[in-house]
Amino acid sequence: MSLNVRLSTAIALGKTAATLSRVLRRGGGTTMPGRVARAVEPNVVGLLARRLRGGTVLVAGTNGKTTTAHLIAHIMRAEGRRVVHNRAGANLAAGIASALVEHADLRGEPAGDLGIFEVDEATVPRVVPALAPRVAVFTNLFRDQLDRYGEIDYISGLWRAAGARLPAGFVRVANADDPLVYDAVREMPGTLVTYGLDDGRHALPALEHTAEARYCYRCGTPYEYAVTYFGHMGRYRCPTCGVARPDPDLVAREIELAGPDGAAFTVDAGPAGRARVTTRLPGLYNVYNILAAVGAALQLGAPLARAADAVGSFLPAFGRAERMTLDGREVQILLVKNPAGFNEVLRTILAGGPLPVVLIAINDLIADGRDVSWLWDVDFEMLAGRAARVVAGGLRAEDLAVRLEYAGIPAAAIEVERSYGAALDRALAHTTSRLFILPTYTAMLAIRAVLERRGVVGRFWE
Amino acid sequence: MMPADRPAADSPATMKSNPVLRICHLYPDLLNLYGDRGNIMVLAGRARRRGIEVTVTEAGLDDEIRPDGADLFFVGGGEDRQQRIAVGDLVGRKRGPLEAAVADGAVVLAVCGGYQLLGKFYRPAEGDDLPGLALLDLWTEHAGPSAPRLIGNLVIQPDGGEPPLVGFENHGGRTFLGPGARPLGRVVVGFGNNGTDHTEGAVAGRVYGTYLHGPLLPKNPAFADRLIREALSRRYPETALAPLPDTFEAQAREAMLTRLGARIP
Repeated sequence: MSLNVRLSTAIALGKTAATLSRVLRRGGGTTMPGRVARAVEPNVVGLLARRLRGGTVLVAGTNGKTTTAHLIAHIMRAEGRRVVHNRAGANLAAGIASALVEHADLRGEPAGDLGIFEVDEATVPRVVPALAPRVAVFTNLFRDQLDRYGEIDYISGLWRAAGARLPAGFVRVANADDPLVYDAVREMPGTLVTYGLDDGRHALPALEHTAEARYCYRCGTPYEYAVTYFGHMGRYRCPTCGVARPDPDLVAREIELAGPDGAAFTVDAGPAGRARVTTRLPGLYNVYNILAAVGAALQLGAPLARAADAVGSFLPAFGRAERMTLDGREVQILLVKNPAGFNEVLRTILAGGPLPVVLIAINDLIADGRDVSWLWDVDFEMLAGRAARVVAGGLRAEDLAVRLEYAGIPAAAIEVERSYGAALDRALAHTTSRLFILPTYTAMLAIRAVLERRGVVGRFWE
Repeated sequence: MMPADRPAADSPATMKSNPVLRICHLYPDLLNLYGDRGNIMVLAGRARRRGIEVTVTEAGLDDEIRPDGADLFFVGGGEDRQQRIAVGDLVGRKRGPLEAAVADGAVVLAVCGGYQLLGKFYRPAEGDDLPGLALLDLWTEHAGPSAPRLIGNLVIQPDGGEPPLVGFENHGGRTFLGPGARPLGRVVVGFGNNGTDHTEGAVAGRVYGTYLHGPLLPKNPAFADRLIREALSRRYPETALAPLPDTFEAQAREAMLTRLGARIP
């Protein structure tokens, strides 16, 4: 088969797989088309990605990939660009291939001019040669799914290796406040654009238990932190080898957090100007996501003022602080994946005062991480005395209940309910104004499926 | 040690006053990979619910420890890099006091990476063996770059009819026991020390090492109580532990044992 025939066959079969997957209700068809297409044409990603005239953007990191990629797509659409995006969050090679196949015609012509792909941390080296990204965003590195990856150092090592394969002239947009990220990207070739926070009012009194980077990667000396925001994000410095948080190119200042309802802050982008951002995305972690997205958008030609405006009209991605109304009560789903993010979510939902009930659902499927020991690194102690009741759901509801009891929540205030629908009903029964649901990834999909059956939300791939 | 430590515990062999459980957490900010602080929370929480006073001291790099400063020493797991940072300090600075504490009846519990450090040596893929504390007669070998990590749910059956221990394992190294150490239990589900000989963990006297995390103690309350009892008995031979309800603990154990098909009569 000639190259073109093979590519066309790959696309046709991939599209058929997508249709079948949806007709048969086997999910959103977010990975099967890619698998099929890659079986026919292994380089389908490379062949389709290089036809995107505006190039591709890669978003990698432990937390914030989906939100950051959605933000970049939203900003660039407002700029009139047509975006090809793995929006359902399928971020392994097959998911990226699926998005490309779905947005191409049978000749391989893309229905877009800019590719935006969130990429699983460990998949970065495998897709970098094919995607040849123009901009690569590195958000943060946290302990996540150790059963799958082994160790954080392994991931940062993969990124270092991938950096050597990035095309000449590419720009990396990286979190200056995360020493693990900065250390992984700072010696890659190409231009480095960094972002970070500068608002001491939001600093924590001390480095959190969830901080991953207490010791300098280079020399093993404990970092000195002048300011910490959460986890190991902050203004760090190694007193021995001198590695220190760089002065970021994009800085968030005058940050006002509105609990779970959103935030406002000023982006100072130096020569690119300053702009006030108002967003429905809550929490400091989303301030980082927005800085990353704006940083990438500037590199893609969006002016700062318009990028900031676009952020203001952005609605949260599925399960990421997504809000809906059910039986007259408000429901907000905040995905939890790892201790640092979980702590930020807890701080965010508690910002408005004590809560009558919280629903937390912990699963241990592969996409959640099979090892739930991370629950003991989450500061559930924050909930003691501030959440009158916790409904513990998911496959590991009982393990969560054990953890909650040790966190000081009375056993009588903990309801174990593994069924998603029943857990939702039990929590709603105690809800006065807004129910916060804190699920791991597959629990989030399952709870959204319940909400979808009740007609509250659309399907996650739509 | 941190100043949180109690004033000099000039402990006579037996004390009649209210018992105090003294825990020393070694390298809490360095070896803390798998929710290891949960083990400390459980030891302290279960003792306090029985009216037993608890002190937890933290000893990091360069901190001195004393043999009579604690009755239970805990070491967690870390990534390779953290373990390399810790091992020099552990062997160089803390070996003597730990050996003396063990000889005097203190309990040591080490999990994952900490367990490996308690052995005689670690044999890397290349280069010389790295010496460990040698509190347990065992050694650990790097299995080679292509060998898979041993990852998954883990259930072991201790000798002597105690309840099975339930948790999770995730380790690259393979550990082998010498004649001076007994296994903590036999593997029912999972890999254990090396994936081949069906042993898991190691015990010698009151020194315990294991690959079980999850963390280990929250879901294995009987084992947690055994450690508390042994640690207290160093100074308070008469202390009894009242039973606790352990309702969620029992449900969590049951759920996992059922899922794994590891129901043990």
